[in-house]
Amino acid sequence: MEKVTAVEREQMKKKLPEVTPGDTVRVHVKIVEGGRERVQAFEGVVLGRKGGGVRETFTVRRISHGVGVERTFPLHSPRIERIDMVRKGKVRQAKLYFLREKIGREARIKESR
Amino acid sequence: MSQVFDDEGNIVPVTVVEAGPCVVTNVRTPERDGYAAVQVGFGAVAERKVSKPMKGVFAKAKAAPRKALREFRLASGENYTVGQEIKVDAFGGDDIVDVTGTTKGRGFSGAIKRHNFRGQRDTHGVSLMHRAIGSIGISDVGRVWPGQRMPGRYGGERVTIRGLKVIRVDAERNLLLLKGAIPGPKGSLIVIRKAFHKAQARRQAAKGK
Repeated sequence: MEKVTAVEREQMKKKLPEVTPGDTVRVHVKIVEGGRERVQAFEGVVLGRKGGGVRETFTVRRISHGVGVERTFPLHSPRIERIDMVRKGKVRQAKLYFLREKIGREARIKESR
Repeated sequence: MSQVFDDEGNIVPVTVVEAGPCVVTNVRTPERDGYAAVQVGFGAVAERKVSKPMKGVFAKAKAAPRKALREFRLASGENYTVGQEIKVDAFGGDDIVDVTGTTKGRGFSGAIKRHNFRGQRDTHGVSLMHRAIGSIGISDVGRVWPGQRMPGRYGGERVTIRGLKVIRVDAERNLLLLKGAIPGPKGSLIVIRKAFHKAQARRQAAKGK
C-alpha cells in the first residue's frame, strides 16, 4: 500500500494553488483541438473537492447563458495549466451542492479575508 | 487501483503490482523430470517457518527462503540457471500481459450478485421476492435442468485476466503498473506472464492506444 502511495505521489503537483469550497477560481485548461493546443479558461465557484492522492478532483460551477454548467477537474492533471484565485469565499460546508437549487442573489457567497 | 496521467494528460487507470525480484529455485528438464519448466520463488519468509527439505532447495539456489514458489513451463530454447534472479525488467514498457490470481471470496451470494440477475420490483405488490431468483423450471419436466443458475459460493476462484497493458516499469522499486483491474484483494499473490493469446493482445493494444 505504501508503494501505491509512493507511485501516486510522483504524479502529484508539488505546489498546488489553494482551492477550497466557496472560492471563485479561474481554471486554465489546455485543450488539444485538431493537433493544435490552446488554453481555455473556466471561471466559477468551487463546489467541493473529492477523493485523495492523485485521484483528487474539484468541481467548479458557473452560470453560462442562464444554464448552470459544472466541470470537474482532476486536481493534479497536467492539463490544468494554472488556477487563478478570483475571490475567496466564506462558507461553512465542505460541499456546496445546495447552490444548484439557488439562483441569482440567493447563490451569493460571502467573501472572506 | 490507482491512476496515472499519460503524456497527453489523459487519466489511465492502473493497478500497482510488486513484481519480483524472483529467484530461480529449480529447473526442470525433460531428461530428468519429463518436462521443461522453471521454479520461481517470490517474497520473503522467516527462516523458522521453512521446513528442512525446503531449506535445502533454497540453499541450492543460494537464496533466502521465499514465500511462494511457482513453476512456469518453458518453451524450447529458453534457458535459466538455478539461483538466477528475475526482475521486473523482464517486462518491457509496452508489453501485453496475462494476470492470474484468486478473486475476492464473496461467500454464499445470491443470484443478483453472482449471476447478474435482475431480481423483482421493489413495489407493485411484490412480496418477499425482491431479490429472489424466480422460476427455476417448468412443471412439465418435473426436474431442474442441469446448470440452472442459483445462489451459492461466489468468488475465491482462480481467474486469468488477459491482455493487460504494461503502462510503466519501475525497476528501482520492482513495480509494474498494469492498465486496468486484476483479480484478488490487496496484497494477494498473482502470476504475471507475457500475453498468451497474441491476437487478442494485439486487439487490446490497438484499443488502448
